[in-house]
Amino acid sequence: MTNCLWGGGTRKLLSDLSNGSLSVTELIADSHARVASQNSKTKAFYEVYYSEKPFPVNTDSNLMGLPVAVKDFIFTKGQICSAGSAMLEDFKAPYSATCWERLRSGGATLFGRTSMDEFGMGSSNENSFKGAVKNPWDLTCTPGGSSGGSAAAVAGGIVPFALGTDTGGSVRQPASFCGVTGLKPSYGRVSRFGVISFASSLDQVGAFALDAYGCAKILENISGVDLRDPTSSREASFALNEPGQDPIAKKKIAIPSFVDGIALDPEVKKSFKEFKSYLISRGAVVETVEMPHLELSLPVYYLICTSEASSNLSRYDGVHLGNVGDKNLSLNKVIAAARSKGFGPEVKRRILLGAFALSAGYRDAYFNKAAQVRRLIKESFENTFKSYDFILSPTSPEQAFKLGAKQKDPLKMYNSDLLTIPSSLAGLPAISFPVPSEGLPVGMQLTAPYFKEVDLLNFVDAYQLANDGYLPRVSESPELTGGLNE
Amino acid sequence: MSSYEAVIGLEVHAQLLTKSKLFCTAAVDTQSEDMNSHVDVVSAGLPGALPLLNEKAVELAIRAGLACHCDIQQVSRFERKHYFYADLPKGYQITQLSEPICSGGYIQIGQGSKTKRVKLDRIQLEEDAGQLFHIAKSTLVNLNRAGTALIEVVSSPDMSSPVEAKEYLKRLHSLLIHAGVTDGNLEAGNFRCDANVSVRPVGDKELGTRAEVKNVNSFRNVELAIEYEISRQIAKIEGGGVVVQETRGWDAASQSTFSMRLKEDADDYRYFPDPDLPHLKISDEMLKQIKAQMPESPDDKGDRLRDDWGLSDYDTDQLITNRHAFQMVEFLLEKNIEAKTAASWVLTDLQGELKGRDERLGESTRDYKSLAQVLAKIIQLVEVGKVSRMVGKSILSKFLDDNSLDPDAYVLDAGLEQVSDSAELSTWVEEALTENPSQLLELRQGKEKIFAFFVGQVMKKSRGKANPSLVSKILKEKLENK
Repeated sequence: MTNCLWGGGTRKLLSDLSNGSLSVTELIADSHARVASQNSKTKAFYEVYYSEKPFPVNTDSNLMGLPVAVKDFIFTKGQICSAGSAMLEDFKAPYSATCWERLRSGGATLFGRTSMDEFGMGSSNENSFKGAVKNPWDLTCTPGGSSGGSAAAVAGGIVPFALGTDTGGSVRQPASFCGVTGLKPSYGRVSRFGVISFASSLDQVGAFALDAYGCAKILENISGVDLRDPTSSREASFALNEPGQDPIAKKKIAIPSFVDGIALDPEVKKSFKEFKSYLISRGAVVETVEMPHLELSLPVYYLICTSEASSNLSRYDGVHLGNVGDKNLSLNKVIAAARSKGFGPEVKRRILLGAFALSAGYRDAYFNKAAQVRRLIKESFENTFKSYDFILSPTSPEQAFKLGAKQKDPLKMYNSDLLTIPSSLAGLPAISFPVPSEGLPVGMQLTAPYFKEVDLLNFVDAYQLANDGYLPRVSESPELTGGLNE
Repeated sequence: MSSYEAVIGLEVHAQLLTKSKLFCTAAVDTQSEDMNSHVDVVSAGLPGALPLLNEKAVELAIRAGLACHCDIQQVSRFERKHYFYADLPKGYQITQLSEPICSGGYIQIGQGSKTKRVKLDRIQLEEDAGQLFHIAKSTLVNLNRAGTALIEVVSSPDMSSPVEAKEYLKRLHSLLIHAGVTDGNLEAGNFRCDANVSVRPVGDKELGTRAEVKNVNSFRNVELAIEYEISRQIAKIEGGGVVVQETRGWDAASQSTFSMRLKEDADDYRYFPDPDLPHLKISDEMLKQIKAQMPESPDDKGDRLRDDWGLSDYDTDQLITNRHAFQMVEFLLEKNIEAKTAASWVLTDLQGELKGRDERLGESTRDYKSLAQVLAKIIQLVEVGKVSRMVGKSILSKFLDDNSLDPDAYVLDAGLEQVSDSAELSTWVEEALTENPSQLLELRQGKEKIFAFFVGQVMKKSRGKANPSLVSKILKEKLENK
């Protein structure tokens, strides 16, 4: 297989298309060839829409017909949207999500529907009802989750862009594991209309691309107020501007002290240390900062997200949604049968946890208490941002782990989100981007104040431009491209 | 047997007069539509659909709060109430619990010195569920009503008799209709009542165990259901039993309540703030505007009607509960017709005539503006003595059958002008006395009632045209002189 046509980065890709040295048809043909050779190995896609034709190529439309992979959580009208669940195996989206509608008007071509952990619940993509996705860098490892399919699709060189959703790290952690750039915008930046809900107060549509510039291009298209989503922010939509000054030099960067207390993989630790040195060499100020309550993020997150999920998933009752089983049973039995059969074990676990946290007599101690601590975590970020521009940590304490390594221990799996959860609870924009590492990719996570995606993207863009052209690479591992057996 | 007192609280669900549902743009079903014809992605509870608050519903809830003297909460929030049922597509209902839009308030019942203020706990905004139809062994779901905007008006346990409860309910009903909040249509289920009833020995401070009687749909049935519940509970206690906390239904056919489910079986609704909906904030400006647009409260209006207009309690109540009649009377007042006269014409004559035609004021396609103008004209003709009241009423009746009728022209053409000519009247009086000797004898023996009989005879002879007060005068003179 030839080298990836867009491996030179998003800027080069867009200029190749506009100066005619590359055509979208050629690129999509290449994407089809890659998916044909890879998907049986990585299982990144549930479905590829071979008949979708690129938008009439119009160099004025900024995405110029480029193919985009969409997480199986986002409605694209007329296509199946199953949330990675047997419950919705045959469910056809009756309308399109606002974010997809906007992306399509921006010139994107719908390429395919990517695999995910069922209802967004998981950190390894092993909770997909159709089997785990494999990491393009090492097929024995997980791509991360829950948007693992989208991350693997970009990392494998199939598509230059993919949409994911991020509730507690579901874009950033897979981006980190797969060596691509993944952006979770501020809560309210992108409409949730037409996106299946997992935990409404945390869910946010995010973007995968090779680089920050690509994420910015996607965000430009999908952001902005949507009257169909009452939680969408009234702020203007995002537009990337040319930074007036060096986006890295003189920036004040905080590292939360609780990161010191987390056992990082040696490779992650090493990459993190080197990246800090790099930033200092570029003139940034990097300091460790006490951020109270952040260490409570994990329990707070799992109480809130399970509570909201237990409620959001009530509608899948086998009567209105989901498959109706034996119609002769009583209503309660129909509901119980549909939910027992339709949901996988992790979804059931979280529904039970959430229903418990909200139940009479326990709501005060669990849900309400978690909501209170969540406010304290938000305040902690606000206070830090009074003196700092960004907050930095590794995206994940580890590199991509082996498939099956944590399947039997949910708590270990939950720990995988330790570093991505705090900014989710605070509704802040955060990005994961690859830094040099040994072996598998390692991602750094940068968090900015509310609605400061511009600063975030300019920072990472400057870093990626400065490092040997574009630092992120598409996986060209022989396993993936050479047709070796899994 | 010791004596007991009842403690009653009512929860009323009133459907708001909005065009679309509480959280979406689907139109509200008007009861006559095909099943599932008023459903969109939001009211079907489809994934990815998010609730959008209908501002008109917020306005109407505030109007309800103002009409019931509540504190309007400028920050409130929606919560989810969870239970699995086929009429609830999302598996939860969006309602308000800990922070409702209106709190406190009262409804005044009784009259004169016997008024009582029944305290309200709250008014909350919430969405309705769908409807189920059980046919043979299957169940059909109709989501037309799902998501329709309701308010729930929750009273304190502040009433002590079925009569009070009924009065409270009627009062609330007219207040909400008057404020334009609901159409109050009981038959259509747009105004439904649940009653919480308990009894305790007189003098006890603690409340007894309560039963909740669900979905009673008429004022009379609420009264009956509460009456039944009170006797049932007393009988139970007297018989050595205990009242259990439960939900009961009302069976109108047997006029009794029956157990639906016990409290132990009750669902845990797992309430929590709806994360899809931000806090509901009402600006000072919006509140000010709604206050300015509120119609005069029925209490104030009642005082005005009794004290300034000099109307009876009965006429006052009639006019307060009947907006159309009130508007008609107000129009007549502008034409310098006295209030009592206007009320009598509208409430007795006009309503009587309409009733004879199976019509009610405001409930048909009549042109009420021209009807009001003609009525004013007729009353003026009567007041100046041009026609008798009897003739006036017959003109009104004619006009209701033929709205092209012009009262002035008609009086002239039909020769209906009141006869006030003494000579002509005297002749008729003489004739009446001569033709009815036995009645005349009775009258002379002191049977005063017979006097009216002779006035009637004269009116008959004049085909209603005789001026009745002149007839009386002449009749008296004749009797004295004979």
